Amino acid sequence: MSATDVLELSAAQAADAIAAGSLSAAELFDAYRARAAADRAAGAAGLNCFTWVAGDGATPEPAAGALGGVPLAVKDLFCTKGVPSQSGSRILEGYLPPYTASVVRRLEDAGASLLAKTNQDEFAMGSSNENSAFGDVRNPWDRERVPGGSSGGSAAAVAAGLAPWALGTDTGGSIRQPAALCGIVGLKPTYGSVSRYGMIAFASSLDQAGPLTRDVRDAALLLKHMVGQDPCDATSLAFPGEIELPTAERLDGVRLGVPEELSGGGIEPGVLEAFRAALAQGEALGAEISEVRLPHAPHALSAYYVIAPAEASSNLARFDGVRFGLRAASSPEGENASDLLDMYTRTRHDGFGPEVKRRIMLGTYALSSGYYDAYYGRAQRVRTKISEDFRSVFEQVDLIVTPTAPSVAFELGEKTADPLAMYLNDFCTVPMSLAGIPAISIPCGLSQGLPVGLQIAGPAFSENRLLNAAYALEQSLGFDGAQARV
Amino acid sequence: MEHRPVSEELRTPQPPAGGSIKDDLYEPVIGLEIHVQLATATKMFCGCELSFGEPPNTRTCPVCLGLPGSLPVVNARAVHFGLMIGLALGSKLAPRSIFHRKNYFYPDLPKGYQISQYDEPLCLGGRLQDVRIHRVHLEEDAAKLIHVGSSGRIHGSDASIVDFNRGGTPLAEIVTEPDVRSAEQASVWLKLLRVTLRQLGVSDVNMDEGSLRCDANISLRPAGSNQLGVKTELKNMNSFRFIERGIRAEIARQQKILTGGGQVVQETLHFDPASGAITSLRSKEEAHDYRYFPEPDLLPVAIDEQMLAAARAAMTELPAERAERLQRALGLSAESAQQLAFRAELGDYFEAALAAGAAPAPPPQALANWITGELAARLSDGDGDADAGAGGDPSLSRVQPSALAGLVGFVAAKRVSVGAARQVLDKLIAEGGEPLAIIDAEGLAAMDGGDELAEIVAAALAANEDAAARVREGNAKAIGPIVGHVMRETKGRADGTEVARLVHEQLGT
Repeated sequence: MSATDVLELSAAQAADAIAAGSLSAAELFDAYRARAAADRAAGAAGLNCFTWVAGDGATPEPAAGALGGVPLAVKDLFCTKGVPSQSGSRILEGYLPPYTASVVRRLEDAGASLLAKTNQDEFAMGSSNENSAFGDVRNPWDRERVPGGSSGGSAAAVAAGLAPWALGTDTGGSIRQPAALCGIVGLKPTYGSVSRYGMIAFASSLDQAGPLTRDVRDAALLLKHMVGQDPCDATSLAFPGEIELPTAERLDGVRLGVPEELSGGGIEPGVLEAFRAALAQGEALGAEISEVRLPHAPHALSAYYVIAPAEASSNLARFDGVRFGLRAASSPEGENASDLLDMYTRTRHDGFGPEVKRRIMLGTYALSSGYYDAYYGRAQRVRTKISEDFRSVFEQVDLIVTPTAPSVAFELGEKTADPLAMYLNDFCTVPMSLAGIPAISIPCGLSQGLPVGLQIAGPAFSENRLLNAAYALEQSLGFDGAQARV
Repeated sequence: MEHRPVSEELRTPQPPAGGSIKDDLYEPVIGLEIHVQLATATKMFCGCELSFGEPPNTRTCPVCLGLPGSLPVVNARAVHFGLMIGLALGSKLAPRSIFHRKNYFYPDLPKGYQISQYDEPLCLGGRLQDVRIHRVHLEEDAAKLIHVGSSGRIHGSDASIVDFNRGGTPLAEIVTEPDVRSAEQASVWLKLLRVTLRQLGVSDVNMDEGSLRCDANISLRPAGSNQLGVKTELKNMNSFRFIERGIRAEIARQQKILTGGGQVVQETLHFDPASGAITSLRSKEEAHDYRYFPEPDLLPVAIDEQMLAAARAAMTELPAERAERLQRALGLSAESAQQLAFRAELGDYFEAALAAGAAPAPPPQALANWITGELAARLSDGDGDADAGAGGDPSLSRVQPSALAGLVGFVAAKRVSVGAARQVLDKLIAEGGEPLAIIDAEGLAAMDGGDELAEIVAAALAANEDAAARVREGNAKAIGPIVGHVMRETKGRADGTEVARLVHEQLGT
């Protein structure tokens, strides 16, 4: 098989080829390793997808297991033993964890080989990957545009063919939105179905790991080996049944609900057009499409930007310079920290970027004495209302469909000066995060020559239903992502 | 450090115990917060074994070091112990309780927050004798900071190093209502709490090693008032003596302020047992805003019937119950029953001696007196804490329970005098053995009231004519030297009562 042919294979196809003996795991790994290493070596001239790439000779032993040694790119924030795990932050620069995240270990046990760590927004806070201490990631569809975030490195790497597939995390849209902006598939599973142990936390009650892949079948295959209860994560749950590889070709009788709150105002016309075309395609496949109401969804973003920063302000307290990571013991002028508070202050001043500081301050304020009920308490009540909205909608329809992001990939620097405009990127994805339900983004067309994402969401643990619907639509839409490959 | 509504009206106002306040102008109101390290095998939220003096940082893992990505998992055994404590204190056990994060920065707190319980604790309410319980909750212990340099405190030290072995050890925090009225009462009550916890087997309750630590919230109010004054919090006292001295010193300090027309400032204080000085750790203005919120990494603790049944099944007889039983079933005095029950090692020894089948059988009250009096005094290591060190535990001595039972039986049957029995006990403590053999070998058997004793009494009267004359004149106390003479002559073998009878008989009084 030629190197080009190898790169044409989806991850599932590659695993099959390895199992059939027509492709060696080492050959596949080397091909991707070379491409990833070239991007890393190119620095700002490349896409800057990676913060670490496996070295020469890192070629895995011929791997057993269902994943057959297919290389995997892993978002920087997953702890990988002895491999830099920095969560896109200066404060963790060069940090080598003494243990590997449960989900990564699970995938390695199933035969995945660690290819690279991917760039991301610092501590997963961002929607453009412009908040990384290790530089912006560029969108392979247009180098002057963002790949989305926070799993921007993972999405760009898969879209560009620098990795067969990748792990990301989604807190308010951090898998789905970059998948949409890069024209690939991204799935956020039901909260609790994938262990969070070893994921450097952003917001504990929202964070969830998921696959970023070229197609829906790959997403199913990777997810199949990710889910499962973990004794190290008290919030993890046993997935009922198994994730199955999707086979549906039709959507006969499937009831798709379109929430008017997430499919109208604030969405770019080109995105809406591609979205409506996809709905028409769904109808042609036999789906019944109806309008539904999520009356509290417009408040989701406000609630999210209280809850997530509140949890983050506490989760990020451990970065104090005492045990690991950066310790700013002296000023740039060489003046020693005068006391403990000074060391804390300098470490966190130097180590965290502006967006992280902004959210720590927001969260600290929201939790402070006298404000807790007005902010955190109220946000939690909104969260409950949103969950109730979804519950009642899922009594009427099987799945909900919306655009994934309100716009196609925007230009680098376009929204960095306006945090609120940046936060609006998560408008369609945050409600599902707050409700803890699964959602997938698949590419459904182009607008201005850039990919548009379609989001499909279902009730908790409906991943198989979701994957089948996404698969049927994907087959019929025939989106071609090959042009993004470098 | 607990945030709780302070009840304005106390159930039973109690008079201040003697000596705490001379002029009784002010009444102390004291609430206690006790941290108890639970004797689980592993830490509160990870699988590390608990540490007992291992080299620093050898009992750690990503979780108790707060490494990025690590997550806590609740130790089920700690919850079990928490329920047992709640049952022992008569608390209401919450069917659902929640862990919260208590956020603050300190190097001994690796995550930047302590996982504790806030407004939905495991156990609510309850009572242990004269002090009501406000709540009992579970949390994790901090790591140990060692300050290198002159001061031994963080300010002014050359460096501070952290040992994370202790970090994450399970703690139960027991918070009382402000029902304590004196330093002495605090100390007595804490001893009862400690023996109760020890009896439950949920903790080593060793204050020296920090497995039992106490904070006291102290305020003063005009005697007779039911308003509460401004309180101060005295932190981390680690022996009964320090607790008593610390509380007494703080009461005196506040009293001085108030009688001088000043106002007590709400602050957190440190009592230095070496100098007796009380220093401020932080004032109300410097108080932390802990930004409590529900720990999102943990699910609520749901207590089911199975967990309750397991906790109930693990309960043993508690000291207060034991005292009640000893009093009721054996007719012991309330004081003796309490002494035996609150020092479990004495109670166990007492019950073993009673069951030893000695003949003649020792009367229970006499046996109790001998154990709590003569025996305990001889075995005491001089530690007023009444700690059950080897020195205080009779089961670790050479005196077999059956031997003591036999000895007390002989005393009761007047086969040996009290004085002689004391000599036998000394011998038993030094060498062990059987009382009868010692009595025979030393010739300590009681003299019967026959001619031999009458002759010795007659000789004693002859040798103490002045005293005999005064007794004849009706001065009862004057008999002392005569009895003393007889005892010397008989090496204590004579029965004092019989000697007195013979004296009066021979003097015709």
